[in-house]
Amino acid sequence: MATAAVSAERENYLNREYGIRSWLLTTDHKRIALLYLVSITFFFFIGGFFALLIRLELLTPAGDLVLADTYNKLFTMHGQVMIFFFLIPSIPATLGNFLVPMMIGAKDLALPRINLLSWYLYIAGGALMLYAMLEGGVDTGWTFYTPFSTSFSNTHVVEAGLAIFIAGFSSILTGLNFVVTIHRMRAPGMTWSRLPLFIWAHYATSIIQLLGTPVLAITLVLVVLERTLHLGIFDPSLGGDPLLFQHLFWFYSHPAVYIMILPAMGVISEVLACFSRKRVFGYAAVAMSSIGIAVIGFLVWAHHMFVAGISLYAALVFSILSYLVAVPSAIKVFNWTATLYKGSISFATPMLYALGFIGLFTIGGLTGLFLAALGIDVHVTDTYFVIAHFHYIMVGGAVMGYMAGLHFWWPKITGRMYPEWWGRLAALIVFVGFNLTFFPQFILGYMGMPRRYWEYPPEFQILNVMSTAGSTILAVGYLLPMVYFMWSLRYGKVVGDNPWGAAGLEWMTSSPPPTFNFDETPEVTWEAYNYDQIPVPEEAWLE
Amino acid sequence: MSNTAVQTDSHAAHGPELLHHFVTAEQQRDTVSLAMWLFLATEVMFFGGMFCAYLIYRFWYYPEFAAGSRSLNIYLGTVNTVVLICSSLTVALGVRAAQMGKRKLLVVLLILTLILGLAFLGIKGVEWHDKYVEHHIPGSSFSAADLIRDYPQLHIDPHHAEMFFSLYFAMTGMHALHMVIGVGLFIYLTIKAWKGTYGPQYYTPVELGGLYWHFVDIIWIYLFPLLYLIDRKPLK
Repeated sequence: MATAAVSAERENYLNREYGIRSWLLTTDHKRIALLYLVSITFFFFIGGFFALLIRLELLTPAGDLVLADTYNKLFTMHGQVMIFFFLIPSIPATLGNFLVPMMIGAKDLALPRINLLSWYLYIAGGALMLYAMLEGGVDTGWTFYTPFSTSFSNTHVVEAGLAIFIAGFSSILTGLNFVVTIHRMRAPGMTWSRLPLFIWAHYATSIIQLLGTPVLAITLVLVVLERTLHLGIFDPSLGGDPLLFQHLFWFYSHPAVYIMILPAMGVISEVLACFSRKRVFGYAAVAMSSIGIAVIGFLVWAHHMFVAGISLYAALVFSILSYLVAVPSAIKVFNWTATLYKGSISFATPMLYALGFIGLFTIGGLTGLFLAALGIDVHVTDTYFVIAHFHYIMVGGAVMGYMAGLHFWWPKITGRMYPEWWGRLAALIVFVGFNLTFFPQFILGYMGMPRRYWEYPPEFQILNVMSTAGSTILAVGYLLPMVYFMWSLRYGKVVGDNPWGAAGLEWMTSSPPPTFNFDETPEVTWEAYNYDQIPVPEEAWLE
Repeated sequence: MSNTAVQTDSHAAHGPELLHHFVTAEQQRDTVSLAMWLFLATEVMFFGGMFCAYLIYRFWYYPEFAAGSRSLNIYLGTVNTVVLICSSLTVALGVRAAQMGKRKLLVVLLILTLILGLAFLGIKGVEWHDKYVEHHIPGSSFSAADLIRDYPQLHIDPHHAEMFFSLYFAMTGMHALHMVIGVGLFIYLTIKAWKGTYGPQYYTPVELGGLYWHFVDIIWIYLFPLLYLIDRKPLK
């Protein structure tokens, strides 16, 4: 395209200023997105390293690679790093930060300095977490259950708790910024019913971040105060109730799953529409189902406590509500499938990840219904069935969505295309590696293998070997994009404004975008996903 | 939001307080105001966790909570409530003074607010010291002997009394921390007001600081009856 040569010369957010100060003191949402991208990638590989050590230990039935105490720390820190320092910020803080203002035609997020502050809080929390890990780690499980965390564990609970407390405020500030931006910064003509579904998903996510995270924050503060100053809020020896801790913890930590999956669903809506060249089927239903998930998602938390001693009637209510939250998720899956119907489909890398997402998320969601059923839950509580279920949602869902989005918007972010053939290969490797890692765990869990043990009976070995083998394949699948993304920064083909022929305001400005996103504030006169009006570009990566 | 703005790198086209990415000053004011309200919503959830814990344990351990509540100094608590309500008044008047461009009045009102805020913290400190003297601070030195002696008819379990004081210190401590942050904010606002930053065209920071201050007051308005006034009827 002719614009390619021009846009390489143009001033954009990357070449406007150089030097470390221009990055560390930036208030440009696009630069902050990249700061987040680098930081969360760092923590992703740390969390992944712990995961590989866990899988290596479980290669043999005997506990022979690490000590039992070390194993406890490995799965604890794997969970804490992956959840609080990778998955929670993953899509919102990177792609969301980059795209929310661009998609609604704004020059920046509403509160640019608060946005930078959120990154510094993330870094402060991350540094404290690293300190806790280097000092010897934590062994409470990522859930910090009391009274073990408050009275018995002799590891670095206080440091890790405060690290997550601080990172929580980074998450709150991101959510706050998004809600305010979506309310107040939309371009003329960008009505609520014209918003891309990515925006609706982030709006719903932000509500959860705003209302859920503070509850986790105060809960962790109370745990820290109980450990250091001997306040007795959860201490059973004073008459305190550990179950209260679980209620408060899961009031955030269950909706937190939707903080991870909703933005991924937003990505999937964008990608599916683009690569089937159609408006998303049932736009309003998909948009409202995001809000529905956010609302109902706040009312299901006690399904984590079916065997912890809550009353049978409470359990029944939470079981029914947990079934209900599957309805908006199913609405999304059905509408996505209908979007594909009679679409003009091309299988570029983002689309491969998106299709993978639909399949894996469906498996993860349906097995969630098994767990919402009181009877089955008693059988599989704290087994590998639960592990497999939530990894299908978090890795098969959230991370696949993240990878889809990263590939889809990479040319917009950098102005260069990643190598398409390698992209498709990596997507395939991730899909195979993921299923080989986690599908055997459903069977292991159903057969009764409990989670969080470093040894297991020999009859479980074959499935565990499959799982470990899968995890190494998965690691290759994640390392490949890391390599070719960096390669593409220098050698990738320079692209024009809209290499996919995609709809949306972010594709109407140059790649990479100028500092204030648009040369002139756009005026929106069309509905979202107007693919009937956009020609398909003749590009190699769409063949 | 309907007009399109040409991008400039200087503030030539508008006043120094309008940030580049907003179109009008009104849009900027609405935006940051919404942000502050949302932030206060997160604060409600933050304190909500402790209120939830309070509710459950007060329901379970009512006699100990009543006795613990009686041991708090109701006179100091009441004075502190009045002090805080007065500080809310001075803040509200201060916002008005800023809107009307009365710089000196604004500075005086902000300083009055600061004095009242610090007075609250001072009185709170006296109350905490009393609790220290009475061995009512949770931990190894905690003792409910005086409560058991004074209220034999309530059959007090010292562990449950310790729960009350755990919540008392967590809640008043978290509230006091918010007061300290508020004092910091108001010192900043006072300096800026002294320099004449705020006027009818630009008073949003005073308004936002005021919102925060009112919120911290409201938390106390709930804490005072929940902690001090559980059961003050004379025992038979």
